[in-house]
Amino acid sequence: MIRQERMQVVGQKEIARHIFELTVQGELTAEMTAPGQFVHVRVADSFEPLLRRPISVAAIDPVLQQFTMIYRAEGRGTSLLSEKKPGDTLDVLGPLGNGFPVEQAEKKAYLIGGGIGVPPLYELAKQLNEKGIQTVHILGFESKQAVFYEEKFKELGDTHIATVDGSHGTQGFVTHILNELPKDFDTYFSCGPTPMLEAVQWAYPEKRGFLSYEQRMGCGIGACFACVCRTTKSETDYIKVCSDGPVFPAGVVIA
Amino acid sequence: MTNLTVNLPGLNLKNPIMPASGCFGFGKEYAQLYDLSELGAIMIKAATVEMRLGNPTPRVAETAAGMLNAIGLQNPGLTKVTGEELPWLEKFDVPIIANVAGTTTEDYVEVAREISKAPNVHALEINISCPNVKQGGITFGTDPLVAQELTRAVKDVASVPVYIKLSPNVTDIVSIAKAVEEGGADGITMINTLLGMRLDPKTGRPIIANITGGLSGPAIKPVALRMVYEVRKQTDLPIIGMGGVATVEDAIDFMSAGANAVAVGTANFVNPFVCPEIIAQLPEKLHELGYESVEELVGRSHRL
Ligand SMILES: Cc1cc2nc3c(=O)[nH]c(=O)nc-3n(C[C@H](O)[C@H](O)[C@H](O)COP(=O)(O)OP(=O)(O)OC[C@H]3O[C@@H](n4cnc5c(N)ncnc54)[C@H](O)[C@@H]3O)c2cc1C
Ligand SMILES: Cc1cc2nc3c(=O)[nH]c(=O)nc-3n(C[C@H](O)[C@H](O)[C@H](O)COP(=O)(O)O)c2cc1C
Ligand code: FES
Repeated sequence: MIRQERMQVVGQKEIARHIFELTVQGELTAEMTAPGQFVHVRVADSFEPLLRRPISVAAIDPVLQQFTMIYRAEGRGTSLLSEKKPGDTLDVLGPLGNGFPVEQAEKKAYLIGGGIGVPPLYELAKQLNEKGIQTVHILGFESKQAVFYEEKFKELGDTHIATVDGSHGTQGFVTHILNELPKDFDTYFSCGPTPMLEAVQWAYPEKRGFLSYEQRMGCGIGACFACVCRTTKSETDYIKVCSDGPVFPAGVVIA
Repeated sequence: MTNLTVNLPGLNLKNPIMPASGCFGFGKEYAQLYDLSELGAIMIKAATVEMRLGNPTPRVAETAAGMLNAIGLQNPGLTKVTGEELPWLEKFDVPIIANVAGTTTEDYVEVAREISKAPNVHALEINISCPNVKQGGITFGTDPLVAQELTRAVKDVASVPVYIKLSPNVTDIVSIAKAVEEGGADGITMINTLLGMRLDPKTGRPIIANITGGLSGPAIKPVALRMVYEVRKQTDLPIIGMGGVATVEDAIDFMSAGANAVAVGTANFVNPFVCPEIIAQLPEKLHELGYESVEELVGRSHRL
């Protein structure tokens, strides 16, 4: 069930350059059903900036009723968000959308992420490992300073890093790493910029894959038709990224 | 007890607050959050004869205290709206105002005739003011004579009262209001969005794929309020006012300026509970101001 709650900020930390890890506590956490869902966060009590910001759930702690978001403080909204401190409250609407179908993976999964698309893959990796599924993580970042959670992913499985400028790991994009890796997995999951998602689909046309898309949003719950994409099903078929997604099977969304 | 009821042509409202068209879909999403029967009415998303897939994305862009949208009237088409969306809404005790759009007079006439037959549609809102469709829409709303003829054509076929939704993108909104009144309109809803644009600061490229979009949200409230005030001076037609309403104080302002009821659009995205919250706060607010009913408050700015 979707809820709106004033959640308690319990932690906020800059974990890489302009990348913040924000943990909040509250009842809404119990509603989360799958990794890859997102929340819609109101960054100010005023009407400037006006719209909520969609941020993925990066980690869930059901026992403490807490969840973590990891985001890049870039524009006005996310910069304000990065000023929140423990003890502050945060207006959260969520959980929203449908996450990654964990049950679709059989033995071994590739988790492929780029930049701010990496965070939801962390909770996904945790849940897959809990089910005994082996995970391999292929993560792309701008540069060494932007890399986050490398150690945490390593604890869960093989982890390969690419940076655009080559300052850490392989130079280039995640696809450069994919070309070098065996195709001995059954399912892949990916989140990141649209061109990356396209490239990942091209790399594995024969595999079962699930991709998480980004679109500009208004309502975040399916009412305003801001986040619509066409699909490959028919000329007139469409999906709403916010409420039908953000995760879709590979080969469906025309982004 | 404060009396929140409002009686307008076709609409016996338990309170004057309703979500604005396009900001509430066909109700399903917000029904997950609260009981839609709490609302005064619901203005549903525009319906056109055929389904429309809308504009390319990005369709929205945030601006100072507002947002631009160019959805392009995406909707599932008349048959689906009357066959699925409206019947689904019947379980709620709330009158529906059906938003009607098109690109030709014939389009408007067909949608108006068919959609007004639905048992829960108590009024039509004729959208002659959408800035986001390439032909029609906007031209209907910017020429008084064209607007008047369209009003007549729709009135001829509609089986419920007809409200015309005015565009703010005109030099003289009062002349349009007078024209549609003469054309037989039962009421006016105002305002639709103000045409605007936003550029990417790095590239200079417009952010909205459609290049321009309609501005809504708190940023437009002063313009909307002024327009409601001006139109109220010149007509006794019922007015459903909107444009930037986000708080109970905003709703009071619109009613003071002459709106008989108030619609809330963009604010639903910011606070999905904004409509029930305003409704809950209205009695106390009215009481504070020394009024016992909504009707007493309406138009007070003109009586000073
Ligand atoms: C389902 C989903 C999950 C996301 N998860 C994360 C995450 O976990 N971590 C993270 O850092 N970012 C995530 N993003 C992207 C994030 O929403 C944007 O970076 C953020 O909204 C930008 O806001 P701003 O205030 O920094 O920028 P501004 O430039 O002030 O934003 C202006 C407007 O554009 C919108 N916007 C700008 N960039 C994007 C974008 N890339 N996607 C969607 N809307 C955008 C904003 O929401 C706002 O309405 C996600 C986006 C979506 C759709
Ligand atoms: C995303 C979005 C979609 C809209 N779609 C419609 C529509 O289909 N028909 C219509 O008459 N008005 C539409 N509008 C205009 C609103 O109903 C309203 O007139 C306008 O947004 C001003 O009110 P606000 O500032 O409270 O949003 C839309 C507005 C937004 C933001
Ligand atoms: S953001 Fe409103 S429908 Fe998806």
